[in-house]
Amino acid sequence: MAHEQAALLKPESLIREFKKNGVTHIVTIPDSETNYLYELMQEQSWLEIVPSSREGETFAIALGLTVGGKVPVCVIQNTGMMESGDSIRGMAIDAGFPLVMLIGYRGWTRHGVITDSAARYTETFLHAMGINYYLMESDDDASRISVAFEEARANSRPVAVLVGDEYHGFNRV
Amino acid sequence: MFDSADMFRAFQPHRDKAIVLVTGTAGRDWREVSDNEKRDLSLQGAMGQTNSAALGFALSQPNEKVVLFDSEGSLQMNMGILGTIAGKKPKNFFHFLMDNECYATTGGQPVPNATEINYAGMAREAGYAATFEFDNLEEFTDNIESIMKEEGPVFVAMKMIPKIENEPIGRRVRKPQRSRAETIKVLQEELGITVP
Repeated sequence: MAHEQAALLKPESLIREFKKNGVTHIVTIPDSETNYLYELMQEQSWLEIVPSSREGETFAIALGLTVGGKVPVCVIQNTGMMESGDSIRGMAIDAGFPLVMLIGYRGWTRHGVITDSAARYTETFLHAMGINYYLMESDDDASRISVAFEEARANSRPVAVLVGDEYHGFNRV
Repeated sequence: MFDSADMFRAFQPHRDKAIVLVTGTAGRDWREVSDNEKRDLSLQGAMGQTNSAALGFALSQPNEKVVLFDSEGSLQMNMGILGTIAGKKPKNFFHFLMDNECYATTGGQPVPNATEINYAGMAREAGYAATFEFDNLEEFTDNIESIMKEEGPVFVAMKMIPKIENEPIGRRVRKPQRSRAETIKVLQEELGITVP
């Protein structure tokens, strides 16, 4: 059975959440599934994109932006999050500032068996780092970005939002 | 090669109100030279990532000159940052590299391709607006005033005399220094920054 369009996660919903929460910068390494989100972010005059070379950079760049009074979000894939372990430790958790990280959940499936080790280790990694997270699979879940912001600001810690719909909702169809 | 303390003394008169960040063994010499501690910022905390954090801060405060004294060991761990910085073209960003060709803090082992690698060449080809390289204090001193008038991102590679530490870690004497959190708090007060 085909998915209904209304059940998908639309990039426009993420943009609305970013604006609602005063986001100023997106520090990111795009992946093919977030192509349309990237285009949409580029069109927003209130949002500056900081393209990075490697995911570990994104958490350090975000710290610098936060220290300077801006509101960054790190948008990366789960594989890059795992590459960023030392940076997440030293530049996000230890720094004691709020940070929301939007993590593409490569390999995630609600139905069937997860075969991609990138997905298998994603939540294990977050547990090990003591980072709380929320799963976002459709437009109905988009408000979890606001929940993550509230929690990050209340605790001055990073909070993750796992994007579990990367194979459908971000494509321009 | 020249001494990092001498280099900092030559830089200091041309600092003006710049915000200064340092990394590495050589960076410790800045503490003795700085005349404006309120504008000294520490964003160390993860391997090779101080340069990324300095970029983030420079992007957040485009009207403030931001000067990073990076180390080559740190840069080698995060070489992609050259492209990231060049791509964002921060006009207020000055990236100095203290290259002592070794990991001084772990006993002086050479960094990869220590004597042949060309950091200024890499920064130039990555797209920095201006790049310079110095291996002696006299030339550095003669040029630092004009360098600080350049439009960024600027990259300055400098050959530094290594100050190698061979004492076991437990026996090393460290001068007290302000914590990262303290430097952030003081600088935010200085610049009137509030975290949303």
